[in-house]
Amino acid sequence: MYRLFQTLNRRAFLKAFTLTVLVVVLVWLGSRKLQNFDPALIAYLTGTVFAVFGTSYRYSVWIQRPPTRLYWQRSMRFLFSRHFFPYLWHSIKLFFRNILFQRFIAFRSRRRWFGHFLLATGCLLAFAVTIPLTFGWINFELRPGDDQTYHAMLFGFQAGTFRLGSPLAFIIFHCLVWCSILVTVGAVIMMNRRFTNGGLIATQTFEDDLLPLVLLIAISVTGVGISYDYTFLEGKTYQFMAVTHAITVILFLLWLPFGKFFHIYQRFAQLGANLYKVEGARRGMAICPHTKKAFASQTHINDLKQVTKELGFDFDKPDGSSHLDLSPEGKRSALAAAHFRVRKESGKFFG
Amino acid sequence: MPETNYNMDMAFFVDMQRCIGCHACEMACAECETNGQESMIHVNYVDRAVSVQTTVQVCMHCENPACANVCPADAIHQDDFGVVHSANTPRCIGCSNCVLACPFGVPKKMEEAELMMKCNMCYDRTSAGKKPMCATVCPSQALYYGTHEEIARMRPNSTPVNSFKFGNQEVKTKVYVMMPKGAKQLIVD
Repeated sequence: MYRLFQTLNRRAFLKAFTLTVLVVVLVWLGSRKLQNFDPALIAYLTGTVFAVFGTSYRYSVWIQRPPTRLYWQRSMRFLFSRHFFPYLWHSIKLFFRNILFQRFIAFRSRRRWFGHFLLATGCLLAFAVTIPLTFGWINFELRPGDDQTYHAMLFGFQAGTFRLGSPLAFIIFHCLVWCSILVTVGAVIMMNRRFTNGGLIATQTFEDDLLPLVLLIAISVTGVGISYDYTFLEGKTYQFMAVTHAITVILFLLWLPFGKFFHIYQRFAQLGANLYKVEGARRGMAICPHTKKAFASQTHINDLKQVTKELGFDFDKPDGSSHLDLSPEGKRSALAAAHFRVRKESGKFFG
Repeated sequence: MPETNYNMDMAFFVDMQRCIGCHACEMACAECETNGQESMIHVNYVDRAVSVQTTVQVCMHCENPACANVCPADAIHQDDFGVVHSANTPRCIGCSNCVLACPFGVPKKMEEAELMMKCNMCYDRTSAGKKPMCATVCPSQALYYGTHEEIARMRPNSTPVNSFKFGNQEVKTKVYVMMPKGAKQLIVD
């Protein structure tokens, strides 16, 4: 316990604590002083609040690392520069392309993209539905005198109405079922890769690669189980279905900050990295002294020299230049040339 | 990692002067399943204008890898055997920090996939006690995977060296370069 306090990152703790308090306040306000909060969801709320704390703590620790901090600061500076509007537009396009549609995965493998897209879309949709419900921001009401019209309330204000038994009501009430189907199909495709791809079999681990998929499938199946129960079994197995679903979801929420799912948050850094590349190219490219070709932005090379120094590496040469001024091909050639020189000086090229 | 049969007695020895630029290693590398059929090894001319010398470069698996240190996404990790693995695909944000920081010029950025990939010493094979693909096909033995005893017997006039100097930075690696007898370090300037 004492070690926990010793290793605690105070800045991250403060940020995470502030954000957690803010979420609790927003739950209080958004649910109109808990009037619209559903007490049956208290366990989910507790899990979500913990996930907010844990995720923001880890995120904060993560962006304190020298290379991450530098990317973070640079991306923010580039975004909020005089090129704000073009860069904002670029970021919005990238958000749709890389975050919502994960198009970059298609270039790794089409099947993999399809599986991941289904899985991610199901998860994001489910988050969009369950988080406002859990926070009491969304609720549904029947008004006196009309037991056929449902009123959808957002923060206590009417946001829409629909007739019970209508196709719209069917789609809305089964939204999480559609999500479960997307997640299950996606997770099975991804799981199949993990059982058949030799490269993955050699490098994967149960806790990092298989367990997340097992957990997502368990959440989806138990979630569909609740619908199945009240549709076909007259609620006879409700307790079992509800408890198993709650356990799997809460496990997911508790694990969110620590395990593989943290990459959902890390993925946003890809937007910053793209912006960094665009702005870097605008500022000017670095030319490799060996190949005489542009290979990266000069900003990137300069930043990397600074970051490597902060991390304890010193690639500076006595003549004032740096080994990092060379392109990857230039570095390989420099190594080979140095090896050639030593062999030549020894009088034998082979031995 | 799953249960492995990684043989710590085996080591990787590279002798760039033996590279004849045949690209057999590139073809073999693309067979490695951990690469997704992409070739990760580099074969290039050293200075084509004045020489036909070629060089071959595998990942040297540094003891303190610069690529992993500069990764803003914590996507590169070194396992208990000292193998520095290719980027963790969910984490890699394709920033190219590792590509530009590696003193040996090893990692490759797959632009469209926004992913860094690099040699992981054919982990699917070496973790099962087999040799890396490139080392099994190299006709001139510029790439050799075996024991220290074997290489000492085969190259009595050479010394395997795993210490390099780039500017002021000393780098120690898991992979060895064959140097003249008695050499301690390869200084690259």
